[in-house]
Amino acid sequence: MFDFLEGYDLLGAFWVTVQLTVISAIGSLIWGTLLAAMRVSPVPLMRGFGTAYVNVVRNIPLTVIIVFTSLGLFQTLGVSMGAKDFTTINFRLAVLGLIAYTAAFVCEAVRSGINTVPVGQVEAARAIGLDFPQVLRLIVLPQAFRSVVGPLANVLIALTKNTTVAAAIGVGEAALLMREMIENEAQLILISVIFAVGFICLTLPTGLLLGRLSKKVAVKR
Amino acid sequence: MKERPTVLYDVPGPRARRRNVLYTVLFLLALAALIWWVVLSLEEKNQLEWSKWSPFFTDSRAWTTYILPGLENTLIGAALAMVIALPLGALFGIARLSDHRWVRGAAGTVVEFFRAIPVLILMLFANAAYSEFTDIRPETRPLYAVVTGLVLYNASVLAEVVRAGILSLPAGQTDAAKAIGMRKGQTMAHVLLPQSVTAMLPALVSQLVVIVKDTALGGAMLGFSELLASVRPMSANYGANTIASFTVVAVIFVLLNFALTTFAAWLERRLRRAKKSTGAVVGADAVEELATPGEHVGPADGPK
Repeated sequence: MFDFLEGYDLLGAFWVTVQLTVISAIGSLIWGTLLAAMRVSPVPLMRGFGTAYVNVVRNIPLTVIIVFTSLGLFQTLGVSMGAKDFTTINFRLAVLGLIAYTAAFVCEAVRSGINTVPVGQVEAARAIGLDFPQVLRLIVLPQAFRSVVGPLANVLIALTKNTTVAAAIGVGEAALLMREMIENEAQLILISVIFAVGFICLTLPTGLLLGRLSKKVAVKR
Repeated sequence: MKERPTVLYDVPGPRARRRNVLYTVLFLLALAALIWWVVLSLEEKNQLEWSKWSPFFTDSRAWTTYILPGLENTLIGAALAMVIALPLGALFGIARLSDHRWVRGAAGTVVEFFRAIPVLILMLFANAAYSEFTDIRPETRPLYAVVTGLVLYNASVLAEVVRAGILSLPAGQTDAAKAIGMRKGQTMAHVLLPQSVTAMLPALVSQLVVIVKDTALGGAMLGFSELLASVRPMSANYGANTIASFTVVAVIFVLLNFALTTFAAWLERRLRRAKKSTGAVVGADAVEELATPGEHVGPADGPK
């Protein structure tokens, strides 16, 4: 029944999906946190830049960004991300696109986490004589981190699903393999079920786990 | 907006203000360096030549042959998906609130299944299924596939939006309906649903943005001739003006979606202020939460 699987590297394709997810998650966490820091900073110009970035990037389809990294950045401008062969170049371009896109959502999640801390808390902290680093370390960030777990988990799962878009520039991840397989094999239903189950295995446990975690660490107000 | 104390910092004094000026200058320099570098690399590849940009400003044919038909297909795909997914979503959302455990369970399983799968997988499946089991013409098949994939995914998200909308209403609404002798179906049809529609409007508009963005997948992977797909013929026709074509397409997407996002935020503010209604709202930001598989803490705000 599963003869048609022979000759296809199913696990390898899902491994690429996982790699795309993990690397982009780390990258977008860093870039997104930086953007959030800009958006809450006291410097109006940085705030403006952060706001503009988020509003523009969130409203462009991820597909446009990913296809642009290949057609625009690589083929037109010759940005090859320090790689020689096409597989690596496309992979890195896809990661770049995913980071650029996902960071906007990370930024919003982090910012909303900071905004959940009531101003009164900080005023109280200042009143007892804590300085700015202490306020940040002892009062604001512990509460912000806790309320940010849930939204960040949503972003991570959305990112996992979004890695399929990398298929548009030929990164050999799960969706690309699925398209190849349904073109060549006469087992449409079975193939689709396999890939669906593969993605459910990636997204559902993460969703349940992080959902439970975010409930556990949530600040009771 | 004049300086006001926020969570992180107080109103700046003279020293802080001097420091902020320094940061502004440094950031400005970094930004200028970035822009300089981008302009240089564009110039180097001749992407800034006026002949590559002029078709969009001087030649109406660039719009009538490529962009507007593409935009039209994007809008048709998104509108069809929304119109079909909404009643389906309402059906499943109400089924998840059923008193019968098996109805609840079945609807819940379907919703969790389709929320957990990337929409591209659903589109690829729909495309192959249409070519194998139906005789839809190959020219219209991409539209069918895109809409089907979007409907399957978004119906499950909208089911959660509808459920959150109904749950956001104060319990007193159901109690009052029971007190005047309404049956379950009557309560749902005459009391809960009409009010929840208003409550979930911001979330619906917000989800429409997601749908519009996802239509671009069809252009890249299924040969659906929407806005993104118009980049290739344009850059082939106007002397490899890839950067210019992408810029125009991206700007159109941003304007369209920004208008929708702003509208959703405006609706939300209005509903939260409203004196006449219960004040229950499913916020525009809630859809990210509702699109994630797994149970969550209720994302909808109750009456305030």
